[in-house]
Amino acid sequence: MSDETLLSARGLNLHFGTIPALVNVDADLWPGEVLAVVGESGSGKTTLLNVLSGRMAAQSGVVWYRDTAGRIADVHAMPQPSLRALHRSDWGFVQQNPRDNLRMGVTAGGNVGERLMAQGSRHYGDIRAEAIRWLEQVEIDADRVDDLPRTFSGGMLQRLQIARTLVTHPRLVFMDEPTGGLDVSVQARLLDLIRGLVARFGIAAVLVTHDLAVARLLAHRVMVMQRGVVVETGLTDQVLDDPQHPYTQLLVSSVLQA
Amino acid sequence: MNTHHQDRNLASQVTMLEARNLSKQFLLHLQGGVRIPVLSDASMHVSAGECVALVGPSGAGKTTLLRSLYGNYRAGSGAILVRHEGEMVDIATAQPREVVRLRVKTLGYVSQFLRVVPRVAAVDIVAQAAIGLTPEAARAGAVELLLRLHIPARLHNLPPATFSGGEQQRINLARGFIGGHPILLLDEPTASLDNARRDIVIAMILEAKQAGIAIVGIFHDTQVRDAVADRQFAVMPLQDAA
Repeated sequence: MSDETLLSARGLNLHFGTIPALVNVDADLWPGEVLAVVGESGSGKTTLLNVLSGRMAAQSGVVWYRDTAGRIADVHAMPQPSLRALHRSDWGFVQQNPRDNLRMGVTAGGNVGERLMAQGSRHYGDIRAEAIRWLEQVEIDADRVDDLPRTFSGGMLQRLQIARTLVTHPRLVFMDEPTGGLDVSVQARLLDLIRGLVARFGIAAVLVTHDLAVARLLAHRVMVMQRGVVVETGLTDQVLDDPQHPYTQLLVSSVLQA
Repeated sequence: MNTHHQDRNLASQVTMLEARNLSKQFLLHLQGGVRIPVLSDASMHVSAGECVALVGPSGAGKTTLLRSLYGNYRAGSGAILVRHEGEMVDIATAQPREVVRLRVKTLGYVSQFLRVVPRVAAVDIVAQAAIGLTPEAARAGAVELLLRLHIPARLHNLPPATFSGGEQQRINLARGFIGGHPILLLDEPTASLDNARRDIVIAMILEAKQAGIAIVGIFHDTQVRDAVADRQFAVMPLQDAA
């Protein structure tokens, strides 16, 4: 494994009026590493995800990405077409609500194949075969390939979104509460699926979640945010089992035991 | 098999894990900042093929020491040196990603409680912990270990959430042993087991030692401790500083 970071952020600041969303945030992500950003609503974790992925500009600070050729690019200084190309190929984004990412009027297979076409694939048979292969990877029956997403359950939609995101073999995936809107019975299966795929393909991920159990099961490392400040960061089980900062201790001790 | 024995004798001289002047206290912010010192200046080591039992009264800090050795608890001061791919790495100061790598290849841990993704089959939980095997070989190894630990085949494809405490503990043991880590940390590995199952675990620990694996464990059951431990390390309670 390379010891060079895949993504690095330094000195990110962003305020919404008087509300701090990011205060001097530094972050690093290594290839194949899953980093969870945890904190309560309004702590700035989704804002951080949006700024790291270039979808939102910070007021100050910089985000660097190292591409497959080893070139370092300033994500926020990149021309829009380059950033869009990055989002279509090397990067993926998994939204909490799959409807924000899927095209509901296009078949399941079309939703997966579309990202391949955006990357330049043209052979219909190949695209369809790859789409079916990915539907199977996320445990959707191949005979649903021509069905519209609106006939899918919430858990299936989320799995379809994951297939659509991973079909281009991204090196880096941003995930915003990927199990957030789902029934607990579906969450567990999805967690196991995400964990397996991320490990098998060596995908690096920044995962935003308010659920510490999700962070524990998926992430190598965790970053705890409070009012835009990163108050603690470290090895996931160490931060959760031996929290140092008062806010992390509060967060960990507030979890209901089922 | 002479060379094999010589190798083992040589290997037994090799320090695999060493804690140097380890101190640890907990600072509880939500309880008015009370400080609970647990370890002070603790130094211990374990060699390849050796088993060291942590002993001391309940609450003295045996589990805290074991968890610190795994990097699960953050060392307050001192060093925790782990032989990883031929080099000594201090996990008290190593980057999180180095500790992650080290745990994959070198340092295994069997906790008292099973914490896994719900709804994943027992055999898959164990197979996923195998290192460097094909999925088929990992699964075969998992089945073999589970059967050895008296988990009947009819349970292998069920998630362990509904299993008894003893069964869950044996899933944990299978998961800890399948990796073949050169260093294993065991927290009460036989606590919920009956005598027959306890003897199986003793045999597995003895075999691991034969294979050169270094073991640090907490064994309340003195019969188990006497059967497996070469040495004891005493963890004594500190005076509360509060």
